[in-house]
Amino acid sequence: MSTDETSPADFKNIRGSEYSHIKGWGIDANPENDPTYPMKNRTNGEHEGYTWDRPSQQEVEVEVLRSVERPNITAAFGTSVPPSGLSGKLRRYAFKSSESDYRHWLPLMLADRVNVFEGIIDDFKHGHVPNFFVERGWTAEWKYNRKEFVTKAVAGVFIASAVVAAVVLLKKNRSRVPG
Amino acid sequence: MLAMNFRGPFRVRLDRDKPLPEIKHPEDAIVRVLRSCICGSDLHLYHGLVPDTRVGMTFGHEFIGEVVEIGSEVKNLKTGDKVMVPFNIACGKCVFCRQELYGNCHESNPQATAVGGIFGYSHTAGGYDGGQAEYVRVPYADVGPTIIPEWMDPDDAVLLTDVVPTGYQAAEMGGIQPGDTVVVFGAGPIGIMAAKCSWLFGAGRVIVIDHLDYRLEFVRNYAQCEAYNFKEMNDPVVFIKTTTDSLGADVCIDAVGAEAAGSAAQTLTGRKMLLQGGSTTALHWAINSVKKGGIVSIVGVYGPIDSLVPIGNVVNKGITIRGNQASVKRLLPRLIEHVKSGVLNPKEIITHRIPLEEVAEGYHIFSAKRDNCIKPVLIPPTAWAS
Ligand SMILES: NC(=O)c1ccc[n+]([C@@H]2O[C@H](COP(=O)([O-])OP(=O)(O)OC[C@H]3O[C@@H](n4cnc5c(N)ncnc54)[C@H](O)[C@@H]3O)[C@@H](O)[C@H]2O)c1
Ligand SMILES: [Zn+2]
Ligand SMILES: [Zn+2]
Repeated sequence: MSTDETSPADFKNIRGSEYSHIKGWGIDANPENDPTYPMKNRTNGEHEGYTWDRPSQQEVEVEVLRSVERPNITAAFGTSVPPSGLSGKLRRYAFKSSESDYRHWLPLMLADRVNVFEGIIDDFKHGHVPNFFVERGWTAEWKYNRKEFVTKAVAGVFIASAVVAAVVLLKKNRSRVPG
Repeated sequence: MLAMNFRGPFRVRLDRDKPLPEIKHPEDAIVRVLRSCICGSDLHLYHGLVPDTRVGMTFGHEFIGEVVEIGSEVKNLKTGDKVMVPFNIACGKCVFCRQELYGNCHESNPQATAVGGIFGYSHTAGGYDGGQAEYVRVPYADVGPTIIPEWMDPDDAVLLTDVVPTGYQAAEMGGIQPGDTVVVFGAGPIGIMAAKCSWLFGAGRVIVIDHLDYRLEFVRNYAQCEAYNFKEMNDPVVFIKTTTDSLGADVCIDAVGAEAAGSAAQTLTGRKMLLQGGSTTALHWAINSVKKGGIVSIVGVYGPIDSLVPIGNVVNKGITIRGNQASVKRLLPRLIEHVKSGVLNPKEIITHRIPLEEVAEGYHIFSAKRDNCIKPVLIPPTAWAS
């Protein structure tokens, strides 16, 4: 399987420095014509490449996934939730492909969904029963949208009981059929 | 400490025992949070639209607080300083920061190159815990954090960390010329501020489009502009054309982003099935209702994958599209002046002051647009007095 994995040495820009062989080179250059004005105070520092005096490097004490589009881990980074479990495996897989590739984003979205189940299991493991009602902020529905909320809840209960009743009836009918 | 904890789409809770943040880098500071907002951008996380949003993360990128600890290389701040913290995490040294593109730092997000680090905004934006908590780790503390002037109300200060600069930059990117007709899509906090700031650049007419009447009424008063409900129009593009001599608006601003309503097909593919980087209805309208040669300024946030936009019309009409995360630090000095002189009154958009303990309710109220909510602010128990 081919991936985009990169190593730091892959990142280099080999530029020309002399253009006298190109007729008319630069004769209409207009540095004022910058569509990013005034958002950017243009210095063209990019031409020097990745050469700036970098901030100190934060120690990498937890697993940090790195975009294949860059050579290193940034000088500072967050350590909120290191990858773990099945979702972590999916995230690691995603980071083999670039930000330009669906093979990056789709596994990440899948990992996020898997992570929700991992979160619930983890809660139970720690003796915490998640309270979906509170977590979803439905206490606010009671305060600000009571009528609609109650109507929906009643409708929900009604539909659920109708389904249960139908299943029970069906079963009863079936058990009457001889054979 | 108390901290918001993301459990999955539409589910957040308050944890009481999250470990205190620590200095991890010599340029870090630890800040005790005094105010922290919930933003329309947080809703994209809350609704599960941003890839690599991990369960257990604390959100919050709009906050102010008091410095309680500094790393060995921090020179400009000391403990006890009260600071507003821009939502962008920026090193100040890289080639992008040095050109004042503080939203595009190259040294704050290892996980993606297309966006710099943002507090509490998934691992796609660096994996930093955010400020919807009692304490937060603030990297590159000498660069972004700005001392809150004595005279400034903390409610104004917290809006200077994102909403005001973003609205201002939305207008700035529009390249508004005196007399221009500016159409702002979205009457959320960002659209409201973009409409208000459009006048500062000399707009001749400002029109806001949304479908929530209470927000339209608010923006009409707050930003002294026209405001219309797109649900009452057959086609918003035709409406804008008819009201601009058929030429189109000079500038259109997208202050809606990935969760735009107004088109069933876009909603299905962009918000429900996640086949696009969001629903692009507002951007679609912006492109189609701007004049030939006009400018579309995008501050609405979209996911990283492809999104359907009428790009052929961009070419045929010769439109310039500009977008970015706001460069908060670049804009702060000017915006502080505007608050001081009373040109801008940010805190008037705050409708809800909610105890941090009720964070789950806060998210729901803002997400479901209950109780005429425009901008909710979370206040940790230790900060009520300040
Ligand atoms: N670029 C940045 O730096 C930056 C910073 C902050 C927020 N944002 C983004 O700006 C956007 C708005 O943020 P907010 O806090 O105001 O959010 P919000 O959710 O409060 O407001 C969005 C508004 O858009 C309206 N809307 C929905 N569909 C619409 C349509 N088709 N046409 C017109 N209006 C429509 C909604 O009714 C709502 O009032 C979000 O995408 C957010 O992520 C960007
Ligand atoms: Zn924000
Ligand atoms: Zn930088």
